[in-house]
Amino acid sequence: MNEAIIQARGVEKFYLQPEGNRIQVVAPTDLSIEPGKIIALLGPSGCGKSTLLRILSGLSRPSSGEVLWHSKPLDGQTPNVGIVFQSFALFPWLTVLENVEAPLEARGIAAVERRKRALKTLDTVGLDGFETAYPKELSGGMKQRVGFARALVVEPEVLFMDEPFSALDVLTAENLRNELLELWISKKMPTSAIFIVTHNIEEAVLLADRIIVLGRNPARIRSDFEVRLPHYRDRKDPRFAELVDYIYKVMTQPEVEHALPGTPAPLGLASRTRQKYQMLPHARVGGVAGLMELLQDRDGREDLSQLSENLGMDVEDLLPIVEASVLLGFATLTEGEVKITLEGIAFADADIQTRKVLFREAAVKHVMILQQIASILKAKTDHSIPEEFFHDILDEHFSQDEVQRQLETAMNWGRYAEIFDYDSETGRLILAEPSPEAQPATVAKP
Amino acid sequence: MKKPQGLGAFSPYRLWSLLPRFEVSYLPDLLMFASGLAIFYGLLVVGRSWFGPFTPQVEISRSPLALPVYAGYSLLRISVAYLLSLIFTLVYGYIAADNPRAEKFMVPLLDVLQSIPVLSFLPGVMLAMVALFPGRQLGVELGAILLIFTGQVWNMAFSFYASLKSIPREMRETARIYRFSWWLRFTEMELPFAAIGLVWNSMMSVAGGWFFLMACEMFVLGSRDFRLPGLGSYLQTAASEGDTRSILWGVATMIAVIVLLDQFVWRPVIAWAEKFKVEQVESTNVPRSWVLEMFEHSRALARIKSKAVRPLRERLLMYFSRRHFEAAVTDESKPWRLWAARIIALIALGLIAYAIARVAMILVGLQRPELQELGQGLVATFLRVTVALLIGAAWTIPAGVAIGFSPKLARIAQPLAQIAASVPATALFPVVLLLLIKIGGGLGLGSIVLLLLGTQWYILFNVIAGAMAIPTDLKECCSVFGIGGWERWKKLILPGIFPYLVTGMVTASGGAWNASIVAEYFHFKGQIYTTTGLGAIISKATDSGNFHELLAATILMAAAVVTVNRLLWRRMYRLAESRFRLET
Repeated sequence: MNEAIIQARGVEKFYLQPEGNRIQVVAPTDLSIEPGKIIALLGPSGCGKSTLLRILSGLSRPSSGEVLWHSKPLDGQTPNVGIVFQSFALFPWLTVLENVEAPLEARGIAAVERRKRALKTLDTVGLDGFETAYPKELSGGMKQRVGFARALVVEPEVLFMDEPFSALDVLTAENLRNELLELWISKKMPTSAIFIVTHNIEEAVLLADRIIVLGRNPARIRSDFEVRLPHYRDRKDPRFAELVDYIYKVMTQPEVEHALPGTPAPLGLASRTRQKYQMLPHARVGGVAGLMELLQDRDGREDLSQLSENLGMDVEDLLPIVEASVLLGFATLTEGEVKITLEGIAFADADIQTRKVLFREAAVKHVMILQQIASILKAKTDHSIPEEFFHDILDEHFSQDEVQRQLETAMNWGRYAEIFDYDSETGRLILAEPSPEAQPATVAKP
Repeated sequence: MKKPQGLGAFSPYRLWSLLPRFEVSYLPDLLMFASGLAIFYGLLVVGRSWFGPFTPQVEISRSPLALPVYAGYSLLRISVAYLLSLIFTLVYGYIAADNPRAEKFMVPLLDVLQSIPVLSFLPGVMLAMVALFPGRQLGVELGAILLIFTGQVWNMAFSFYASLKSIPREMRETARIYRFSWWLRFTEMELPFAAIGLVWNSMMSVAGGWFFLMACEMFVLGSRDFRLPGLGSYLQTAASEGDTRSILWGVATMIAVIVLLDQFVWRPVIAWAEKFKVEQVESTNVPRSWVLEMFEHSRALARIKSKAVRPLRERLLMYFSRRHFEAAVTDESKPWRLWAARIIALIALGLIAYAIARVAMILVGLQRPELQELGQGLVATFLRVTVALLIGAAWTIPAGVAIGFSPKLARIAQPLAQIAASVPATALFPVVLLLLIKIGGGLGLGSIVLLLLGTQWYILFNVIAGAMAIPTDLKECCSVFGIGGWERWKKLILPGIFPYLVTGMVTASGGAWNASIVAEYFHFKGQIYTTTGLGAIISKATDSGNFHELLAATILMAAAVVTVNRLLWRRMYRLAESRFRLET
């Protein structure tokens, strides 16, 4: 094996809360980027994969552990890397040419040479004739080409890409992916390794020579394997489908170890189960109801990948809904197959008011935070409590942003289930008196 | 021949472009050359006056013929003050945004400085400057400039700081990963990103500068009478003589200067800054300026750009980049820096503690009657500011909504309102005062009119903007459901404009407190007109050189502004943010 360009040893990222709690974002991780490979880092959104990319590229310092650049610590070195962002991050006040020249300006390269190299790179990515255009005059796909040109013009050893195709429409993304592959395979780009972060499973299987699947909260490697299919890969190839299925399973069932297709023994790291505060998947009640109805229509069971394809939804968007259904006991998830439960069937068949009742029963039974809220509200004499109280509880378990999202979801569920009301004026949660069946439905926010 | 396009906007340049080619290309150069000469001559005149000996009492001529020169002097003061503000803004905003340790105290400090009534700085600043340059006119000039500076700088610094903080993370990371030098980052990312906010705040600041100019070109401090030749002193002299004709001449000159400034400075700058807008798609309604078009067609400028500006930029770029790029990435916290920061912080703390101790000593020395006077003044000015704000809101809300809802009305009313708003209230005070005295109203009520004059525009413009921002589909929804009259105001219009209204009222409230200093106390035809109020106390204390009372009143006013902001406006803001935000 070649010597790694970048090697991370036991890097982790955590934030220390003022009260001394530690919010772990990335668990201690070993990872290396070897030359000659496209490496994809796959994981659900908000799992910390971008953080890991930033640590590897030197943009962010790990809380502990070290990153080596050609076997020497990254600190004190000037790694030659390029980066492409989902949001393009072009300078809108510079022309296409000036944008591509900017990294060369930073290197103190003289004007004539700068121009020559920038024009050549623009030619490579197919932006001939757009030199004097401003980014706002370009379509998304063209903007990302400028992003590629800006990254490639410095002839980086490692090209980092953070969800580079996620802001583009399906066709443009597909086209750009193929062009990237072509540049890579024909060695037209002066880059010895590509590290791409994505949540799109098919994208990873299409591009990567090695795929690392990341689990969430905190981020840690669940599976790390080579893809030996020859380029360009065919989505209809059964081996392709097998790989996609395998990744689905790894992503949806962290507890179980899965066998990589074609290998006898599981490769993934053993997951350490640890008693933790229950994390709510960020799904709306309407999404759960929709999924139940859909499953009902399909004899109560369906493959996750099939669902994702039929709905035209990314697994990233679909997973929270499935997880929420599982959490509420409306469905089970085994081997990448979602199966509706008896409770789920009852929920799917019910009318608006009954659904609320069923949802409330399920929520109080299975959802920790809602149980807590309900019991505290009942215990208090004025049956109300400020929202901040739960903020503080969650603070001990999640990062700032996550606390916000957790509360939002809990609020959404709890208000739908009429466990409590929320007074936005005072910011207090108030015990709700569930509306009697006869009354017309109160405003439900699915 | 081609028909000239866009008849809406008058553009001499387009007319010229219809002439034969030869003349067109030289006309801009000729004009540039002429303005260069004019500037050179102006510098000579100013230099002679500023560095000449101190003339304690400049005779202010009331002839209209003197007005162009006076206007030039005033304009120069504002320009120099603006330049200082810009430099301060760039340095202060940059440090506050760049250094988290400094940010912790620099931002709250800005908030407090913003609430201190500028005009009460006047005596201190003047005396200090005169002492610095004894026997030179420069001292008084610098005093006036510094005062205008304190009126202009805070909102600019805030805007710049806020812009820097809102640069998208990915953009910052791009600069980091390619190791942009400090210079490259500043000129190609940070400055362009902040440009639009800086331009708009500059416009507001300079408009505010006129307000203070009126007050600081001519004033009495104890036994000393300071006068500087300028538009402000011209208007004040005319007013105290009761010379209506001269007042009108002065106001007309001022409006002319403001309109010219708009055409020759702000419009070109706004049109130029358009390219710094961070937008995904090109907008259709792009601001244009014929002056900018002229500059862009000037051959002389193009030559200067290619022969001087570009090579200079390239050399700076290379110098900073090569130095930065060769230096390895190192840990940011160098120990000497930390120590330097600690020592600076310690010195600053010491100075602050010393100042607080001195102020406390002065305040302890205040007598009971003085305290009583201060208390009464505070209540009187508070009531006056409140009434002025309420009256302002009462007429500007219906008017602003009417203008905002009707594009036809907006086309006529908005430019008129802009001109009206750009005339500094202090310039109009004498006119209004003359009227008030003729009608026979006292200053007690009259000063409310004066406060209103200065602050209603902030509310009006914000209400117009708010009314324009109400989505058409919501308006249509109202008409579909037959919601009209008061119900429509309650359900749609008032909630819709609320965030804008709050913004306007905050600015107006701060402005009104500040304006009370000039509105409650007046020299007129050798007489002093005054009324109970905190502003009057500050003016009177300035006049008589009573620094104890000046200090106490200033602190009281600053405290009042901060308290009202914290207790009322900040809550309103939060409400506007959470409940009345129109979002998709």
